[in-house]
This record gives sequence, C-alpha cells and structure tokens, in this order.
Amino acid sequence: MHNFDHIVQAASVAFAATDDPDVLEQIKASYLGKSGQVTELLKGLGKLPADERKAAGAAINRVKGAVESVLNARREAIRRMALDARLAEEALDVTLPGRGQSAGGLHPVTRTLERIEALFRSIGFDVADGPEIEADFQNFTALNTPEDHPARSMHDTFYLQDEAGGVAPGVLLRTHTSPIQVRYMQAHLARHAGAENMPEIRVIAPGRVYRVDSDATHSPMFHQVEGLWVGQSVSFADLKGVIADFLRRFFESDDLQVRFRPSFFPFTEPSAEIDMAFMSGALQGRWLEIAGCGMVHPNVLRHVGIDPEKYLGFAFGMGPDRLTMLRYGINDLRLFYDGDLRFLRQFA
Amino acid sequence: MKFSESWLRTFVDPACAGDEFSHLLTMAGLEVEEEATVAPPFNKVVVAQVLEVGVHPDADRLKVCRVDVGSGEPLQIVCGAPNAAPGIKVPCALPGAELPGGLQIKIAKVRGIESSGMLCSAKELGTADDAAGLLVLAADAPVGVDIRRHLDLDDRLLTLKLTPNRADCLSLEGVAREVAALTGTPARLVQVATVAATIDSQREVVLDAPEACPRYCGRVIVGVDARAATPTWMSRRLERSGIRPISALVDITNYVMLEVGQPLHAFDNSRLQGAIHARMAQAGEKITLLNEQTLELQPDVLLISDERGPVAMAGIMGGEESGISLATTEVFLESAFFAPKAIAGRARRYSFVSDASHRFERGVDFGGSRRALERASRLMLDICGGQAGPVSEGLAELPARCSVRLRPARVAKVLGLTFSSERIGDLLARLDLSFVKDQDDFIVTPPSYRFDLEIEEDLIEEVARLHGYENIPSPTPVGLLSMLPQTEQSRSRARIRQLLADTGYQEVVNFAFVEEAWERDFADNGALIRLANPIASQLSVMRSTLIGGLLANVATNLKRRQSRARFFETGRCFGRDPQGAPVAGFRQPWKLAALAYGTALPEQWGVAARKVDFFDLKGDLEQLLAPRQASFEKTHHPALHPGRSARVLVDGQAIGFLGELHPQWQQKYDLPLAPVLFELELDAVVLATLPRYGEVSRQPPVIRDMAIVVDQALELQQLIAAMTVNRPKIVREISLFDVYVGRGVDAGKKSLAFRIMMQDTQKTLQEAEVDAAMQQLLAYLQEAFAAQLRV
Repeated sequence: MHNFDHIVQAASVAFAATDDPDVLEQIKASYLGKSGQVTELLKGLGKLPADERKAAGAAINRVKGAVESVLNARREAIRRMALDARLAEEALDVTLPGRGQSAGGLHPVTRTLERIEALFRSIGFDVADGPEIEADFQNFTALNTPEDHPARSMHDTFYLQDEAGGVAPGVLLRTHTSPIQVRYMQAHLARHAGAENMPEIRVIAPGRVYRVDSDATHSPMFHQVEGLWVGQSVSFADLKGVIADFLRRFFESDDLQVRFRPSFFPFTEPSAEIDMAFMSGALQGRWLEIAGCGMVHPNVLRHVGIDPEKYLGFAFGMGPDRLTMLRYGINDLRLFYDGDLRFLRQFA
Repeated sequence: MKFSESWLRTFVDPACAGDEFSHLLTMAGLEVEEEATVAPPFNKVVVAQVLEVGVHPDADRLKVCRVDVGSGEPLQIVCGAPNAAPGIKVPCALPGAELPGGLQIKIAKVRGIESSGMLCSAKELGTADDAAGLLVLAADAPVGVDIRRHLDLDDRLLTLKLTPNRADCLSLEGVAREVAALTGTPARLVQVATVAATIDSQREVVLDAPEACPRYCGRVIVGVDARAATPTWMSRRLERSGIRPISALVDITNYVMLEVGQPLHAFDNSRLQGAIHARMAQAGEKITLLNEQTLELQPDVLLISDERGPVAMAGIMGGEESGISLATTEVFLESAFFAPKAIAGRARRYSFVSDASHRFERGVDFGGSRRALERASRLMLDICGGQAGPVSEGLAELPARCSVRLRPARVAKVLGLTFSSERIGDLLARLDLSFVKDQDDFIVTPPSYRFDLEIEEDLIEEVARLHGYENIPSPTPVGLLSMLPQTEQSRSRARIRQLLADTGYQEVVNFAFVEEAWERDFADNGALIRLANPIASQLSVMRSTLIGGLLANVATNLKRRQSRARFFETGRCFGRDPQGAPVAGFRQPWKLAALAYGTALPEQWGVAARKVDFFDLKGDLEQLLAPRQASFEKTHHPALHPGRSARVLVDGQAIGFLGELHPQWQQKYDLPLAPVLFELELDAVVLATLPRYGEVSRQPPVIRDMAIVVDQALELQQLIAAMTVNRPKIVREISLFDVYVGRGVDAGKKSLAFRIMMQDTQKTLQEAEVDAAMQQLLAYLQEAFAAQLRV
C-alpha cells in the first residue's frame, strides 16, 4: 500500500520551523503548490494502473488533507503568537491618571439650597425669588413692623446712600427673606382675582440677606429660606409636622430631636423658634437654633388683601448656612464666603 | 435681663431648680441665654475674725495671725496678705477645705510655723479677680458661718434673652408672675404701703403732651443723706443683675426698676425751678445728658423740663445739670408712664440705649407708676433718711386695654389642637388674664402690664405657650394634590450651575458689596450704589458685575499656592435705573460669571501644558448655551483686552461679554497670568426652546473639503453667515476645521479650511452636482470676499 506519512511528518517539521507567515506560505507551496510534493503525487496518479488508482488517490487525498490541517494549525498558532505579541506590546500602565479637565463643584450652601428646594417641591411648594435691594415697606412695614418698632433693632440693617450722599429713604438691603411673603401673596392674589376660593399658597424662597454684623458666627451676607403655606385650614400643628419631617429628610436621620419654643416676630402670631439636637455624634444633645416660624399674623394677611378669618397659614425662615455647617461638619461660617479652593473642592 | 435666681426666689420659689428651671423658662419663651454661678464649688470656708497679727520670725512678708473661726479655740494661721489686721473679718479655709482649682488645705508648717488654715482673697474663692489682699467682710458678719451661705454664693445668675413683646418680664416681679403661671406656685409680690407726707413741699406737674406722657407722678424728699451707704443686700442684688452700685439714691432707683419694672429718675430738687412739664422738644433745643453727651433735639422727642428748660430726655436719660450728686440733700423723684410710641427709636437715633428707654419703648406698666414711687420713697427714707412730701400726679388718658374675644373653635383651628373650655379658662386664669364668658367665647381684658395682647391670636399664643408648644402634635400635613408647573421654556438655575460644575468650574459665593475700585475698573460704573453704613470701606458699593469677586478669589488662592483656578458665581447684580422694578430706582438682574486662570487643563502627563485662552472659555460658553447658538461681536469692555473681547448675542440680543482681562488690570491686581472670563445675564442663559422634529434624510451625505485664503481681518462668523445665506441648496453644513497663517500664505492673509456636507433629501447626489455646488460656493467666495482657492 502507499504510505505517505513521511510527507505529513516532513511538512509538520517544516511548518514548525518558521514563525513568519510569509515563509510559512512558501513552505506550503513546496507541498501543496503547483509543483509541490503532494501535487506531484496527484499528477502521478494517471500513470498508475487503474485498479491501484482509486486506493492511491484516496491515500494522496488523505495526505493532502493532513498537510492542510497541519498547515492551518500552524497558521492559527502563528496568528495567535503575532496577536499575543501585539497585545503585550500594546499593554498600558492602567494606573496612570486619566486625561482631561478636572471636576468643578457646587458651593456647599448651594447643595443645601437645592436639597431644600427638592424636599419642599416634593410636597408641592413652589420656589420664588425676590429683590435684595428691598423697599423698607416690604421688609418691615408690610410685615407688621412699623417704623420705630423695637423689633427693628433685632435687625441691624444696611441702608443705601442716595445720589447726593445722604441716606436713601425707603430702601435697604433686605434683612430677611420674609418680604417675599408679601410679594408672593400679592402676585398669587392677582393671578386668582375673582376666584371664590383662593387656591392654597405653598412656596419657599431661598436667597441672600444682609445684616450689619461680622464675626466668627455672623457674616454680613448670609442665606435664608423663607417658607409660606396659606390655606383654609393650615395650623400650627401642621407647621410642626412639616418642619419635623423636613429636618429628618434633610439630615437623612430619625436620630434627631426638634423643639419649638415660644418667640416673637412681628409678622407671626403665635411665633416660635425652632431648635434641633442630634441624639448622637459630636453635637449630641446640644440645642441648635435653626429657624424662626409662626402662624402668619392677621395684619400681614389683611395687608395684602387676604381675609384672615377665612385663610390662615404658617411661615418660617430658616438658615441654610447653619444647616450646611451641621450637615457637613463645617465649623466656621466665614469659610463659605472666602473662595478658598481647598475648602470648596471638598463639596464637589 | 440679668438677675440673681435667689432674688427671684424671694418672689416665687417653685420646687424645680437648676437646668430644669432654666428649661422651664426657655420653653415658655423666656430664653435663658446664659447661666452662671456666683462662685465655683469649694467647701469648709467660714467667716472668721482676725484677733491678733504677729510677725513671722523667719520671713519678713509673712504674718502669724490668731483667728477666731467660731469653734472656741482660736487658730494660728500664717498669712502673707498686706491687709491682714486685727479686728477684720475675712473668709477662712479650714483644714480639710478644698478650694477652687483643687487646692487642699491642711495643717502644715510655713517656714517653721504651724498654720491651721488659710485666710482667703476673693480670687482664691473664685468670686472676683481681686488678689491684692484678703476679702474683707462686713463688720457684722457672723463668725463661724459658712461663707457660701453668708455671701449667698450658691446663687445662680440667669440672663434672659427677652423678645421685644415681653416688656412685662423686664423685672423680677414680672418674671415671678410668669414663673407662678408656669408652675402654679403662687408669687409673693412686694407689699407696698403709701408713704405719708410729712412735709408740704411739692412740685406742680403739667402734662403738655398728654398722649406721649399720660401719667407723671413725682414727689419731693428733703433732708436725704446722699452719702448713706447702700445696704449690702441691695448692692449685691444690683451687682448680680449687672448694674454697678453708684450711690444710695441712684442704687435705689435702679433697684426698684429691676424689682417692679418701672424706670425712675431722681432729680436734685434744688436744681429744679418751678413746675415740671412733660412736653415735646422744640426743634433745635439742646440738652446735656448724664452721659455728658450734648444733643440737639428734634420736635418728636419728649422732654421733661422745668421753668428754665429741659432737665431730662423723658424715659431715656436725665440731664446732667439736674442730676443728683453726693452733695444732694433733696430729690424730686419721678415715676411716669411714657407711651412706647413717644420713646421708640429716639435713643437709637442718637446711638445709645438706656435701661429706661429699653423698657419704655417696649411698654411699662402704666398701672404701677404710683406703686413704684411709693416703693422707692420708702427705701430712700429708710436708707438715706429725710422727709417726703405729697405725690404730685399729672394724669391724662391712659392706654386702653380693649377686651379681646377668644373663640375656642378658632384656638383649635389655629393650633390644630382642640382645648376644652375649662382648660382655656384655667390657662387664662393662671396668667391673671381676667375674662367673662359670652356663650362659648372668652372676653378677655389684658392687664396694664401686658402690651402684647391685642388680638385673638395673641391670646391663642398665650394658651399654646402655657399649654406647652411641646404638647402640640406634629402630624404629617394634609394638602391638595395639585401639580406644580414644569416648563420646558427654560432650564433651572440648578441645571446651569451643574453644567458649569461639570465643565470644571467651582462655584463661589461672594459678597454683594465690593470695593469701589472694582466697579470703576471692571464696569466703568459712574452711578454707584453706595451703602450708607458699610462694615468696611472695601465692602461699601453694591456690585454691578461679578468679575471683581472672581478675580479676588483667584488672588486669594494664588496666595495659598493654588496656581490654577476655574470659578463661577451666580448672583444678583445691582444698578441704578429710573425704570427699575419691583423696587423703584434699581435694576437687580441675576448674572452668571465664569473665570479661568492658569493652564487650560490641570497639569497632567501626556498633554502639553497650555495657558487657558479666549477660545477655551468660548467653548465652555457655547456648551453652556447649547443647543441655542450664540453669535459674537468684537467689542470694547472696560474690564477686557480690547483685541480679545466679544459681546455675546443670542437671537440678536446682547446677553453678556467674553474676553481676556485687560493687561492694565492684570498688572494692577497683581496677577501673573491673564484670566479669561465671561459674564452673562442668567435669565437669558436659562431660556430654552421646545425641540421640533424635522425629517431625517435617508440619502447618503457627501463631504468635501475646501481651503481658501482671505484677508486676515475678515471675521469667520461673517464669512459663514454669508456662505449659509448664499449656499447651493444641497449644502447642509459648513464647518471650519483649520485656520493657518504662516509660510505659504501671504502676509496679511489667512487660510481657512472648511468641511462642506452636502445631501439631497430625495436622491443620491451625482458627482457632477457636487462639483457644481462646490464651484458655485467658491465662485461666491471669490466674488464676495476676494477669496482664493488654496491648493
């Protein structure tokens, strides 16, 4: 019988001798090419007697198949080696830093204001904004604090010069966000003029406010968030409920206590100061003042044209700077207004 | 309002004490702002009398004393105090005593002489800083008695932060009334008897301004000894209330003011002439006050005057000339009611406050003027001697105490908690608020010392306060579920801020009042808004631009070795504007400014460091406004480099500016590199348009490039705008991908390379159409801009 195994063996050895795909193809030609050994064998078939031809043909085809198989395996091996080499060469130090712009960030008080807005929006509060150079009338008088009211001395007010250098009458830098109560209620009434029942007012108003005060715990400019809910049945109990709910959501903790204690603001009656205390942590057990609040004074409602017999509501003014300090453990208010990147970057 | 707790407890002495007592007051609205002890803890210190003082054989400065501590046998104690003298009474720490600071007293030898205790100074007991000598006690101090008891050193000093509505608590009696209401412990107020006149001397009182001063009581007391010593109990209580004892006559008026809340004034009667008038000042009238301030008065100031002229600013401060001194032998004692409206704000106008004005502007009990006068008269006669004349009283119409209707249903509505009629009645009664019932309602008449109970809500607060705010529930509120508007016509400011933060900018918040120079330099602001009362000269002008603050932030951080910064701020800016609204005369737009300084990217491997430039900021600005597109015009801006500044327009409206800081400001403000910045109207930045679908072409696009050479001065925006208008229909997009100046391009010229995208909506474009379109575009550029094709 015809045995061509030696050809397959020789081809295997020859193929294995090279890593170069081009050389491999040349070696292939010496077996499978036009004058390759296997091709020559096939060409020789015709010279064989007819009865041998079939068996010899089958044997030669087996050899051809075997050589092709060995060749393909070698091709694949070489391809894989080349790929492996390339991959190895392309490997990176994946621990090198990424490229591009550095991250910026929001001011910590902005973070707080945005959280406050989101929380109050979730229970249907609109967000409003008002002027910072404010009319004396809106800042005080319309809030039941007439000229010479002793409560005015609670606020050390910035006044403006008129163009002649004197004190401009009737304007000031707002000392609190409460004037937005007046402006918002007036706008709300105008929007719903003629309606038999005025829709509820639910609004918060964050913003910058100003007082002549500057030390470690006071900044001449700081933030407040005013809140107002007026309707036909809004009670002091509701106020307590909203504030307690807010503080737990804001601090993401039930581990705090809230207390309301009687206080005085000319534009609310009854009035309260809101204190909170953490039940654990560095500030455990210390009562911290965070807001003033109360039921909107009938004079304030009457002033904008709302019947205080039919409608009533609550208002609060809280200090987001303080909340920010408590939330992030900041111990100096002045850091907020200093623009120090080393501080600000911590809140990115 | 500062006072001694033990004094208060002479009026009302409830069982609760210490923190519990402070908490009670705080939760009733009388916030305890400060609690202090009179002395730190120590023990075994008694009143002792020094019997003999001998010399120490081995030490010049030491003395050997024999001291009676009330235990029978006198003790031998070595003492170094210069004032140790036989006969004086001093505190003596006995063996076994522990003094403040942990000092243990033992029997010990001092330079060889046995010493069985220690004689103490005030400093050693922690009651004062005086370490100069032994604390000398009163001659009648009982020997052997514990010094803490003798000097009432276990007393606590409470400071209340009273709200302006609670003038009634600006006295010991007032606080006592409140404590009685809160605890149910009855208050024992001072028993005041009428002082019978023993002389006829009297001064006529005339109320010329009866609205401002509806009640004025006065009395002459002659033959007083102004040098009489103030009793220790009185001076101690004054000191512990924060009032420095001065002389018996002054101390008595202060004492009665603290005790009952009525400010009193004592004139030297010999310096008064004729009748006493309570009248308004005449414009320009002058008075020199006890604090030596001379004021020129305005006609809304209430005066006390005699025949010759003003003798006191009523309810605020007495005049210097008629004031009492140690030489005074007769006084005219005033106890009056001045209406809050007549006093409010007057002292503050002249930049001072007094204990009297503080009380009168909040409201003093007009029913108590006479009682206070009698109380002070009695104390003067007892302490300073003398004889009192009859009381002169001017009386006009006193403030009315209108009855207020309190409806239990309204209480429930306001508080969200229902109270029984009995409970309300009980709470009102505890506050001594007299009432009658009208069916369910309470008709309440407030007492003369309460100035804060005018409407039903005031009474509701009293009910809530006494019931305890803590005892009102805090339910989850119930509301109507109507949705809030959610517009797509604008983006939220939060979104804008987040976009900038994501682009690498750090938000800052700067003061709205700035240095005047910033306004001149960066805004050329000729209509400054100055503060009338700035806290500092560099914080005196309202900003019209945010730039100054951002530049200052860079400077601050450079000092802290942060050499690269990207900042932004959103905030209101301010300008004078006759058409301004809502506050007339002022424009207060929200602005947004961003600034970059240093390298374009943070220092990093693999990217060559490059300074941030105009086009970096422009890119960030465009990204911020996207999808809306801004156009840019060369402009002059006082803050910016004249060749590197642009006005930003959207839909033809100028919304801000962009550019590099002017080199002169870079130098003046000491910045090593040039910052690049932009400032925009925030209201314009937030605007958004509702997207509108347009059909997407399915035909393949064809892209060709074209480079042309044009004059260097030609602005790209102009070129693109013209090309867009004059483009062949199939040209969809024209974008610039290269700008070249240099070799191969003539001087004064620049090469611009465009990528042109062409597409038909209906069919695949043929080569010939594309060539024709490109040719048409080029021909237009050649004709309109003298462009040359660059090959």
